[in-house]
Amino acid sequence: MNTKYVITIVAIAIIVCAIVAITYTPVEIVSLNGAGASFPFPLLSSIITKYQDSNSYVEINYNPSGSGAGISALTDKTVDFAGSDASLSISESEKAPNVLHIPETIGSIAIAYNVEGLSSGLKLTGQVVADIFEGKITKWNDPAIAKLNPDVILHSATINVIRRSDSSGTTYIFTGYLSAASSSWENNVGQAKSVEWPVGIGASGNQGSAQTISSTKNSIGYVELAYALQTDMTFAAVQNPSGNFILPSLDSTTVAAQAVASLGLPAGNENWSSVNLLNADDATAYPIVGFSYLMVYKELNVIDEMTQARATELVNFLWYVVHDGQDLAIDVDYASLPSNVVDINSATIKSITFNGQQVLT
Amino acid sequence: MRFTGDKVFKVLVAVIAASALAILIITGYTLSVGSMPVLQKFGLNFFFGQQWSPAAGREIFGLLPYILGTLATSGIALLIGVPLSLGIAIFLVEMAPRSLRVPISYLVELLAAVPSVIYGLWGLFVFRGFMVTYIETPISKYLGWIPIFSGEPGGLDIFTAGAILAIMIIPTVASISKEVISSVPNSIREGAYSIGATKWEVIKRWVISYGRSGIFGAVILGLGRAVGETMAVTMLIGNATSFSAMPTSLFNPGQTLSSLIASGILDASSPFAYSAYIGAGLALLFMSLIINVGAHFVMTRVFKVKGGAIE
Repeated sequence: MNTKYVITIVAIAIIVCAIVAITYTPVEIVSLNGAGASFPFPLLSSIITKYQDSNSYVEINYNPSGSGAGISALTDKTVDFAGSDASLSISESEKAPNVLHIPETIGSIAIAYNVEGLSSGLKLTGQVVADIFEGKITKWNDPAIAKLNPDVILHSATINVIRRSDSSGTTYIFTGYLSAASSSWENNVGQAKSVEWPVGIGASGNQGSAQTISSTKNSIGYVELAYALQTDMTFAAVQNPSGNFILPSLDSTTVAAQAVASLGLPAGNENWSSVNLLNADDATAYPIVGFSYLMVYKELNVIDEMTQARATELVNFLWYVVHDGQDLAIDVDYASLPSNVVDINSATIKSITFNGQQVLT
Repeated sequence: MRFTGDKVFKVLVAVIAASALAILIITGYTLSVGSMPVLQKFGLNFFFGQQWSPAAGREIFGLLPYILGTLATSGIALLIGVPLSLGIAIFLVEMAPRSLRVPISYLVELLAAVPSVIYGLWGLFVFRGFMVTYIETPISKYLGWIPIFSGEPGGLDIFTAGAILAIMIIPTVASISKEVISSVPNSIREGAYSIGATKWEVIKRWVISYGRSGIFGAVILGLGRAVGETMAVTMLIGNATSFSAMPTSLFNPGQTLSSLIASGILDASSPFAYSAYIGAGLALLFMSLIINVGAHFVMTRVFKVKGGAIE
């Protein structure tokens, strides 16, 4: 009885295996690996999902480990592409020469707040925001805030400043804006992915910041626009160089990138460290904006595991991200690239080579 | 044959025992080597400086606020947690009927099995609101003139972090204290009752006194958990840095050594900044060693008992 039982089971197992073996036709899976900025991750993952629908033999992994980690991985050549919210600094490009910058989306940083009875649209200037984050303005009814918002009733509550505790591209763009707005901020704190914060509660990640602002009364903080929109936060209108108070939106973000790009951007293989979308020269542009980049080597054979097939798929994917992929941006609350930036990206992607041969055909 | 077996066993056990020491030495060595760059640059100022700036070109690292923050949160944890734990232990051994004793001690031990991230999440979404509304706001309203209670209570601060640590050390301290108290011989209790002592006097003068070294050992184990606890603290302490992290008020955001490492080391901006986080680990290791050795010293010299951490 028992032996029969075992034999039956073994027989079934063999038959199942045989069926699987006969019907299985191996497909050559090409897998591409990327790592870096967490900010564009929701957009990238929806682009990757869509791309794999029509290219099922390609497997693309993107690890949102942070801009800094992405650049290190690209420098060590352990990934095929990296994502970063900050362009390569001079010293970083020396360690990773011939890296192309491909702006793939535009980040916009909302000054979000949680004050009872205060809806979106509180007017703030860069100087006031800098003073709040430097601890110089500590009350919500400070004359500097009241002067900008004569129609709003402000309470004497203490401002709870919420900022990022981790190293982040969002912080890099935000502190860059504060440095431009306030000389005191520039001298005492400066611009970096992680700075010496004079005041505030630290929260980890955009998600963590958004959660902490929402759960802390009388708080103010900065979060990536997509997170602010998706979690229904209230956020401030910030004064741009034309003197207009602009609410962050996908449109006012794209406009900023367009205005800067129309003055000329570097080619993909040039140095992008001077590119700055902050305080763009357009009356309707939101001032706290920055590119998020994908980065790849211009000559792909520097990566050990690179093959012609992988190089082709990588370039096809990058092409998809900056063209068709941009149509997906609005669904996930990301700003799409203006056409003049797409043109620069097209030229950049065409310049990618493998063993000296242009990859894109 | 038997003789060889004993010998092999003896050597084997000796090797295992030695490996405990070896792991400590290797950890200390690795942390020392890793933190060399920052120690060479700042020397002792690394431990007594107050600034922490990982920004390129402005790099300066000092650990004092986080060392003090670690002491502050652990201190609060002991102040709240130890009396509660002793209460639980005394109730279970001396007063609880047998039918309550087993389920309650089982529940207390179950608390130790809750992962710290769960304490952190619960702390963030539930406990924090409770602390702000019912504890911190009233204290700050009536006692706000005392410096350690000054500032606007926001719930993400040293006090909340210390309170959650208190809850986390209760299972350790309570269950060991319970074992210690129940190992006090009944003859001691009977003797005390026979000379007319009340229950309170028996517990205070004889039971606690007899078991004090063991209870002290339980407290030290709890302290060890409080000093090193990372996840829940990182989620609740507010992660302040530099001057703003100095624990001047219980209601201000602070930072401990372990939460500093947890929130910064993964994306340290440069190898130099990385070595500063390793250095924070070295400081944490030293602190734990000093606390344990100090506790041992207190136990042998002040309480005049001999033996290891737990008797």
